Amino acid sequence: MQRKKECVAMLLAGGQGSRLYALTNNIAKPAVPFGAKYRIIDFPLSNCINSGIDTVGVLTQYQPLVLNEYIGNGQPWDLDRNFGGVHVLSPYQKKAKSAWYEGTANAIFQNLNFIKMYNPDYVLILSGDHIYKMDYSKMLRAHIENNADCTIAAIEVPLKEASRFGILNTNADGSIYEFEEKPKQPKSTLASMGVYIFSAEKMYKYLEEDDNDPNSSKDFGKNVLPAMLNAGERMFAYRFEGYWKDVGTISSLWEANMDLLGEEPAFDVADTTWKIHSRNPLAPPEYLGENAVVKNSMIALGCEVYGTVENSILSSNVIVEEGAEVRDSVIMSNTIIKKGASVQYTIIDESVIVEEAATIGEAKDAAKGIAVLGRNIIVGKNAKVAAGNIIDKNIQDGEEA
Amino acid sequence: MSAVGVIFSNIHDENIPELSRQRTMGSLPYGGRYRLIDFALSNLVNSGVTTVGIITKNNYQSLMDHLGSGKDWDLARKTGGLILLPPYGAIDNGGLYRNRLEALREITGFLTHRNEDYVILCDCDGVYRMDFSEIISYHEEKQADITLVCHNEKISNSTRYTVVKADDNGRITDIKVNEKVKGADRFFSNITIINRSFLISLINDAVVHGYKSFSEDILRRNIKSLKLFAYDFCGYHATIDSLSSYFQHNMELLDKSIRDELFGNRDIYTKVRDSAPSKYGEMSSIQNSLISDGCIVEGEVENSILFRGVKVGKGTVVKNSIIMQDTVIGENVNLNCVITDKNVVIRDRRVLSGCEEQPYFLAKGTMI
Repeated sequence: MQRKKECVAMLLAGGQGSRLYALTNNIAKPAVPFGAKYRIIDFPLSNCINSGIDTVGVLTQYQPLVLNEYIGNGQPWDLDRNFGGVHVLSPYQKKAKSAWYEGTANAIFQNLNFIKMYNPDYVLILSGDHIYKMDYSKMLRAHIENNADCTIAAIEVPLKEASRFGILNTNADGSIYEFEEKPKQPKSTLASMGVYIFSAEKMYKYLEEDDNDPNSSKDFGKNVLPAMLNAGERMFAYRFEGYWKDVGTISSLWEANMDLLGEEPAFDVADTTWKIHSRNPLAPPEYLGENAVVKNSMIALGCEVYGTVENSILSSNVIVEEGAEVRDSVIMSNTIIKKGASVQYTIIDESVIVEEAATIGEAKDAAKGIAVLGRNIIVGKNAKVAAGNIIDKNIQDGEEA
Repeated sequence: MSAVGVIFSNIHDENIPELSRQRTMGSLPYGGRYRLIDFALSNLVNSGVTTVGIITKNNYQSLMDHLGSGKDWDLARKTGGLILLPPYGAIDNGGLYRNRLEALREITGFLTHRNEDYVILCDCDGVYRMDFSEIISYHEEKQADITLVCHNEKISNSTRYTVVKADDNGRITDIKVNEKVKGADRFFSNITIINRSFLISLINDAVVHGYKSFSEDILRRNIKSLKLFAYDFCGYHATIDSLSSYFQHNMELLDKSIRDELFGNRDIYTKVRDSAPSKYGEMSSIQNSLISDGCIVEGEVENSILFRGVKVGKGTVVKNSIIMQDTVIGENVNLNCVITDKNVVIRDRRVLSGCEEQPYFLAKGTMI
């Protein structure tokens, strides 16, 4: 008997994430750190394993080093398997017509042989830039019950934001009669989450047709899904209720981090019924010093706090020295905030040094935007970084940027 | 260097009956997110040892749960790796050992089938960061038969220790057990480096002579005929031999220099639990404390160590205490010099206090 998997997941992780600016200069968006100890990709990967899907292809293209290193053999997500498990799939050379991944559909098309190795009945397509907890097995059940060819996960969004999304117009039974990509005048507020389940054979067919179409931009949302709808295939929306956030911009990344705080957080990563797995930092417990003041914050292992931290997220091994203050900010691993420095309404990437008495950003209520410091930079003594500025090079002592 | 590690996980269990009633000394929680065996194991791994045998006797369920396949110490290997050596494990294995020598006799099969040159014997009662490859170089340089690693920890009650006297060259001249000494001395840490085939021949010799004690019959009896050398370890060494020393040494981790020595290189490994990062509430106030992952702190914590998954309610004050994994402390509770074992529940408005010499201890799963 040929071994097979009922459902194989394909995770699109090749995007540059250009709207995260300095934060994605050297790493792919799914590898961007989130919530003190996670990276964005931990959420779809944990969702997969928690939903019973143990075969995941991760499609990488842009700056894959950190992402590849992070995924490793998949052991942190229990995805190191003899048959199945997580596999990183990068573009590869072919006998004829070697190419980068040209669009979401093309990326999957170039890896159909990977999918076919597992002979699946269904294929789940995911993207690596959303923070959410979702049981894909329920969606798969709905897909099977509807006898659907394609099921699209969808969530209600506010009307004024609807034009940023792919909008699904559905009949009472949930079947889709119209699909509008980023409509100016949306007819409904049901937005596609970029999570699709296809019946495998149908997907193969439409991806091959799409590949032969020279006018196609080889994108699921723009080309493949409309083509299926036009051909009269059975397409259904699967309504998802719960927290879902696209963290593709500086402000949404900041907001999603802040959503973890509070007694009743908008998004709870400590939920033991749906554990978010990650590669754990090797570090001792965090140490809070004699004069530390810590309010409404999340702090990861290995941090040392001697100053003030309020309404903030600190990833592992961050040091906040005496007299330094961090407010309304997200600080990623191995960053040092030295004596007397002030960091407000800011996102600081990994391994940054903020020297003594430097000032980064402004109080949240007064600031015109979130300040961002890119990876590995040094901000000199008494230097100033204005609110809303994005910095990806060193700032000298006393300099204003 | 090629050496195989052997860890005695049970051997000091009787020293802290409160904490080892349901577990081995090796699986005793320590320092917020570790178990005592993590120190011996991590040191072995960081010294290049890739095969570690762990001798167990009883109560080792918690130890097995902690160790799993050994992957968190990089010891899930095709060749060697982590090997559990329980009693009754082999045909030549005599069952429940009564002492160190009998324990070694039971693992001669394991030792015979290795091909490493040396054996590093360790216990689980020490907290230290040690490079064993340096000690093996010393052992080779001295052309020693057996090297005993010694420390000069300041301890109040020396009668549980083995005191070692050595000449200027490091050659051991006397070994004294249960001697009362004042001030620092050279204490045997129970870490022993020995040539593997020589250890097997010593064990076989001990069996045919009916010997009973490793320190008496193997070390002291041979003090003149064998080249026994002392290696003086000068770094931080803490021996956990009573509830009060457990308390005291845990609290020493609040000292930055000690913490940096042990954990500065970020290479003490432990079981990964995938807890969420700790959260601190609007009203929380934390001073001079170590807080592990998965904690939710709403109250005040001072001079304390919180293990993974501890909850501290609003209006609660925790001072000078060690709160182990998944303990839940309600609101307006007041704790001073308290050790809670795992999964303790302390309801609202309780007041508990001990003192440093005699911390108030709450057993695993207690509800107050």
